[in-house]
Amino acid sequence: MKTGFWNDVAYLARRYPLGVAGAIIMTVFVLAAIFAGTVAPLDPFTTNPKASLAKPGGTYLMGADMMGRDVFSRMIHGARISLAVSIGATFLGSGLGAALGLASGYIGGMFDLLVQRVAEIMQSLPLLVMALVITASLGPSLPNTIIAIAIPLIPNVARVIRSNVLSLREMPFVEAAKATGMSEFRIAVVHVLPNTLAPLIVLATAQLGSTILTEASLSFLGLGVPEPWPSWGRMLSESAAEYVRTAPWLVIFPGLAISLIVFGTNLLGDALRDALDPRQRD
Amino acid sequence: MLSYIIRRLLLMVVTLFGVSIAIFLLLRIVPGNIADILFDSAGLIDPAEKKKIVADLGLDLPLPMQYAQWIGGLLRGDLGFSYVSEKPVIDEILPRIPITARLAGFAMLFSITMGVPLGVISAVRQNSGTDYGLRILSLSGLSLPSFWLGLLILMAFVHYSGTIPIYDRNASGWNWWMLQLIPAAAVGFRSAALIMRLTRSSMLEVLRQDYVRTARSKGLSDGAVTYDHALRNAVLPVITVIGVEAAFLMGGLIVTETVFNIPGVARFLVEAIRWRDYPMVQNLVMFIAFVVVTVNLLVDLAYMLVDPRIRYGS
Amino acid sequence: MAPVLEVSNLSTVFHTRRGLVRAVQNVSFSVNAGETLAIVGESGCGKTITALSLLRLIPMPPGEIVSGSVKVDGTDLLKLSDAEMRRARGKQIAMIFQEPMTALNPLLTIGRQIAEMVTLHDGLGRKAARDRAVEMLNHVKIPEPERRAREYPHQMSGGMRQRAMIAMALACKPKVLVADEPTTALDVTIQAQILDLIGDLRREFGTAVVLITHDLGVVAETANRVVVMYAGRKVEEAPVGEVFANPKHPYMTGLMSSIPRVASARGLTGVDATARLTEIPGIVPPLINLPPGCAFSPRCTRSEAQCTTTLPELELKAPDHLAACWRA
Repeated sequence: MKTGFWNDVAYLARRYPLGVAGAIIMTVFVLAAIFAGTVAPLDPFTTNPKASLAKPGGTYLMGADMMGRDVFSRMIHGARISLAVSIGATFLGSGLGAALGLASGYIGGMFDLLVQRVAEIMQSLPLLVMALVITASLGPSLPNTIIAIAIPLIPNVARVIRSNVLSLREMPFVEAAKATGMSEFRIAVVHVLPNTLAPLIVLATAQLGSTILTEASLSFLGLGVPEPWPSWGRMLSESAAEYVRTAPWLVIFPGLAISLIVFGTNLLGDALRDALDPRQRD
Repeated sequence: MLSYIIRRLLLMVVTLFGVSIAIFLLLRIVPGNIADILFDSAGLIDPAEKKKIVADLGLDLPLPMQYAQWIGGLLRGDLGFSYVSEKPVIDEILPRIPITARLAGFAMLFSITMGVPLGVISAVRQNSGTDYGLRILSLSGLSLPSFWLGLLILMAFVHYSGTIPIYDRNASGWNWWMLQLIPAAAVGFRSAALIMRLTRSSMLEVLRQDYVRTARSKGLSDGAVTYDHALRNAVLPVITVIGVEAAFLMGGLIVTETVFNIPGVARFLVEAIRWRDYPMVQNLVMFIAFVVVTVNLLVDLAYMLVDPRIRYGS
Repeated sequence: MAPVLEVSNLSTVFHTRRGLVRAVQNVSFSVNAGETLAIVGESGCGKTITALSLLRLIPMPPGEIVSGSVKVDGTDLLKLSDAEMRRARGKQIAMIFQEPMTALNPLLTIGRQIAEMVTLHDGLGRKAARDRAVEMLNHVKIPEPERRAREYPHQMSGGMRQRAMIAMALACKPKVLVADEPTTALDVTIQAQILDLIGDLRREFGTAVVLITHDLGVVAETANRVVVMYAGRKVEEAPVGEVFANPKHPYMTGLMSSIPRVASARGLTGVDATARLTEIPGIVPPLINLPPGCAFSPRCTRSEAQCTTTLPELELKAPDHLAACWRA
């Protein structure tokens, strides 16, 4: 017998087949990341001089790198880093951005003006440039990479949430809450915040893809998560231009992993936007 | 209109001032003094030598003084000296600008000439096979990391010609064009995808408008309705995004110049960061911010020229 | 005098995901040169779809004109090729829309939008087309037409834009003008001016006008003949005086008694000026799932068994007065 839950799933699958495909892609990657230790056939750190630049096939499903480490296993462990960084940065950036946007839209006045100016200043630097400079300032490490990617996300989220809050403030239910003598803070948290959730989720999903790409770019440039952590971007950085000629599998597979998961987040993001935020629909 | 431009220019100055403070402070909360790092990496041990470095770089001055020194120099066109090459920063940056500007220009050209027409086709044939194909293409454009796309292009190049295209200042003819256009396509693919998506949704929105129906009621052909009446309106929001993208192209430029080994400003920023060449970094960041803010202003002005509703301030 | 516009048995449907929507069913009417036929009814009754069907401006798909004919001077527009139809639009049959705010292209000058029409159909050069545009603006009583021609829609008021719209529609002197709620979006004082303007131009050019409206006041002032539509069908048709003096269909009676001016001025039977206005209970039924009998029966106070089972045909209930009702 079909339960209500499965009915809902079936409905969503029919309505947003591409979104479901995106969700499946992401689930596979997340599971691979969580169970990397079990899924990966070999240890990602063990070097083997004899297997240096081994071709794909046999023991080394996707070949081996210069130091004879298994590309497939490194990719699965790389999912951990890439996802930890991008999901962490998205949560951090969206959370801070939402809080700032809510405060700025709600308090208004000088505070709002200040936040707006600072957001404008931050938005005059491209995401990757700002992330690079912050990494340079904080030094490379896993938490620093997350911070470096999260900070540039803040102004955009803050702006969207702020404009949302401004229109919500005029809504009758907020007026009604005021009339009952509810405190401003309570109104902001109980009535306004939940209503900004839909655009926030849509925005966060859309940004997940770009944080994955930013992490990959940082690591590609050698300024992301430091060794020995395997990350997809770093796998490509290890003199990739040279391997283009001699060992294309070292270039193809990690890039494919990045593209596929970002494609998944984009599919899911589009479906979520359609479902949750009809105003942004195209 | 003039007062609007003046207001925007003032805001631009305020923004750049903010950027300068932010970048200045960011580079000075580095764990460890820059002099220490330079000192260690140079393998020097004489404390007197270290004192001299600190004094030379002005690092013993209080922060506001250091900042005033930098900005004062910047306004006079004196950007200081690179820690690494010890040459004037301006001499290092200036020759690299045209290289990156050309790459960015070709990339924008590529993304507009691909993005706008494909977006229109996708919208006019909404829900057809063509539309689905183009939408998947644009979604993949947003998903491929541009450095990977660059590597794939290199790979294809190696496969077909046996050689890797290497940046060559003196290349000419066909080679010159290939060296310009291939990296430009790698950088511009993402923007092309974004512009296409936006053109499509903007076009779909416009095609629903009453004035499009009016145009059809006049007996205009489908082509005239689509291109004369609808597209004109649909490109307005696209112009804004083209501006934002032109500025944010920088991310793609950084990695693509690295992949293709192009000696432009974008890659230079990464190198300066790696070498901890802070005078270089802070000036390069200021330059990038200046470009972004200027492009945004130009785009807004272009918007005003195209849209009479803004031109005549309603 | 042969009618300029002859519509017979027009049926338009929409193929939607939830099923077939019969938006217009077997609607027939005709209009003579220099006369105005009003099509009245509530929103959702098929008036606008009828109007758009006349110019074949229904989005296809999902829309489809499944049967009938729309003859202008004897030529059936529904049989024309797409290219021939495009030549007919604006030249034979033109249209003005409800929202003058959104019906004009915001990025083109008024002059250019009018000139485009005459360039297209009368093959005028740039200069001549421009002159005609100014002349037409003058004709619709827009002051300083030279300057206004160079302006953009947002620089004009709503009434001014609707005048410009009329100037554009009449620029090629079409035989038929379809006006879809031309005054609904305007202030009351402007409404009268626009209606007068349409009336003057109709007489001057001998245009046959199809006026789509839900406003019975407008009908009383401007129409020669009235077609009442309900749920996609014509339910009543008569000359304007006859229909107000002697409405046959309960839907028309209901419409009239819900409007103060008409109700009192016409001294309608059973409605005295001091009585409360009554409204018709309920709403127009969704066209996708119409009841088997008279579509109005669920809302009708006089409905009886037969009304809910069998569809009433249009019959002559009085000289030149058609109605489709078992009880009339």
